[in-house]
Amino acid sequence: MSAVVESPVAAPRKLSAPTRVWRWFGSNVLRLYAVIAFAYLLLPVVYTFVFSFNDAGKSNLVWRGFTLDNWLNPCGAPEVCGSLLNSLAIGFIATAIATALGTLIALSLVRYRFRGRSSTNLLIFLPMATPEVVLGSSLLALFLNLFVPLGFWTIVVAHIMFCISFVVVTVKARLASLDPRLEQAAMDLYANEREAFRRITLPLLAPGIAAAALLAFSLSFDDFIITNFNSGQVNTFPKFVYVSANRGIPPQANVIASAMFIISLAIVLIAQLVGRARRKG
Amino acid sequence: MSIAAALGDVQRDNLQGSPQPQRRGRFVPYLLMLPGLLWLGVFFVIPLVTLFMMSLQTAVPGGEIGEYEQTFHFANYVEVLTDPSYYTPLFRSFVYAACATVLALLIGYPLAYFIAFKSGRFRNVFLIMVIAPFFVSFILRTIAWRQILADEGPVVAAMKWVGFFSDGIGGIYPSALAVVLGLTYNFLPFMTLPIYASLERVDPKLVEAAGDLYAPGFTGFRKVTLPLSMPGVVAGTLLTFIPAAGDYVNAALLGNSKNTMIGNRIDYAFLNTNDYPTAAVLSFVLMACILAVVLVYVRRVGTEDLL
Repeated sequence: MSAVVESPVAAPRKLSAPTRVWRWFGSNVLRLYAVIAFAYLLLPVVYTFVFSFNDAGKSNLVWRGFTLDNWLNPCGAPEVCGSLLNSLAIGFIATAIATALGTLIALSLVRYRFRGRSSTNLLIFLPMATPEVVLGSSLLALFLNLFVPLGFWTIVVAHIMFCISFVVVTVKARLASLDPRLEQAAMDLYANEREAFRRITLPLLAPGIAAAALLAFSLSFDDFIITNFNSGQVNTFPKFVYVSANRGIPPQANVIASAMFIISLAIVLIAQLVGRARRKG
Repeated sequence: MSIAAALGDVQRDNLQGSPQPQRRGRFVPYLLMLPGLLWLGVFFVIPLVTLFMMSLQTAVPGGEIGEYEQTFHFANYVEVLTDPSYYTPLFRSFVYAACATVLALLIGYPLAYFIAFKSGRFRNVFLIMVIAPFFVSFILRTIAWRQILADEGPVVAAMKWVGFFSDGIGGIYPSALAVVLGLTYNFLPFMTLPIYASLERVDPKLVEAAGDLYAPGFTGFRKVTLPLSMPGVVAGTLLTFIPAAGDYVNAALLGNSKNTMIGNRIDYAFLNTNDYPTAAVLSFVLMACILAVVLVYVRRVGTEDLL
């Protein structure tokens, strides 16, 4: 460092060619690259949104002019709203059950040491690492063998199955990052274990549980492959879109998708703002 | 957010272990886990066993379509694996998935790097933009690509205008390229988020220290940042490769009969021709192949934190 003191206008350290390229890359190309990557990510989203305003006749393939009819009449096309209601109902039931079951598993994995803990971890990990076709077809094999009629409830069962692991992972992460001293402090202040859990741990855990529930709901709502194997004649929103892909998707499907997009974005933004307010206040 | 948190924290959790006090419970933990594990046992483990049994069945002689009996006919595997109409899509699945994984890495790594180090106070906005596509139905997004890439769509029009395609020849949809682009697109956030999560934890002081030790810029990146982000790269490539290899929606919506993947064959055998043993064999072969690829890959890259 003494060299710097001796000559304040020291000649800049000679940078190697790759380093200079790297610097330039870092400042300019990376930014451009990010713009292109975001364009790639968001292009289909924008396309879906724009074509929800298309004055489409039967097929929503070519732009035919702007209209608000689709937004004013989102149930105008057959089966759009029926399948949406199915998806919402399945999503809510599957989320509630998977969140409860997953949170319990996460609690015991983080807070207790017991035999079979690592095999439990493996059992949680496996469904996330198994391709969806295999999850879907194996469950269908079970249902076929037991002569279970396929429909609404088989979809719910399947969705709970693949959501549990994601709930466990999300809640576990939140639990592991909690400061154990808080609960100990509560117990020093004469709270018993149950009270300390209810009044300290559970409120601190709530954001993690909420995040897990949101994740489970979005996984369930958007699932197609596993649903397709186990749905029988029941239509869900993704299944409806997939099946009608070949004879033309009504613009109302774009309306529903765009509305869901806006709602999800609003939820995320509100969560961000609430989080920021809490940290400040 | 939740997905980013989940993916990031899988690694964090594995790296640090849990700081929670560990209680010794006799029955409590088992009781807490019982309903959830029972669910996974009945609807995940038992189905896999059922599927395996199904893969060893043969048609009932003189029975109806879809009637099979348990004969432990291991030759099913040989029959399926020597049939080009099955091993070609299997091979194709892995080629497409590998291409999509490499492309997603090439797009996702710089994107994650940008968000982690160059995004300033808009970092959360960019993160939300990465997961925003998840808020629109996966199928609809894939169909949007089909229409964007179609012959009458904007991409082909632009390319024709530049002179890339002359009239009458060429086009992007349906083709292998379109399928790979679709796969890359659909799994890109799964690549970007774990890489971001591991880059975010790189201490800038380390990179600075590298700079002080005469490893500025690119060398510093190669020797410090890149190795530290490897857990994210490994997680991202696995989270892209595994679902991409098993996917069939992209091949069905963006490809034609020359682009069928193994997932399409499983779906067709199960739901259209009711050829359950073949579908079951294909599912198990797919799983075995994915497992083999993943094990070799994880060995090679040498990350053991992952599992």
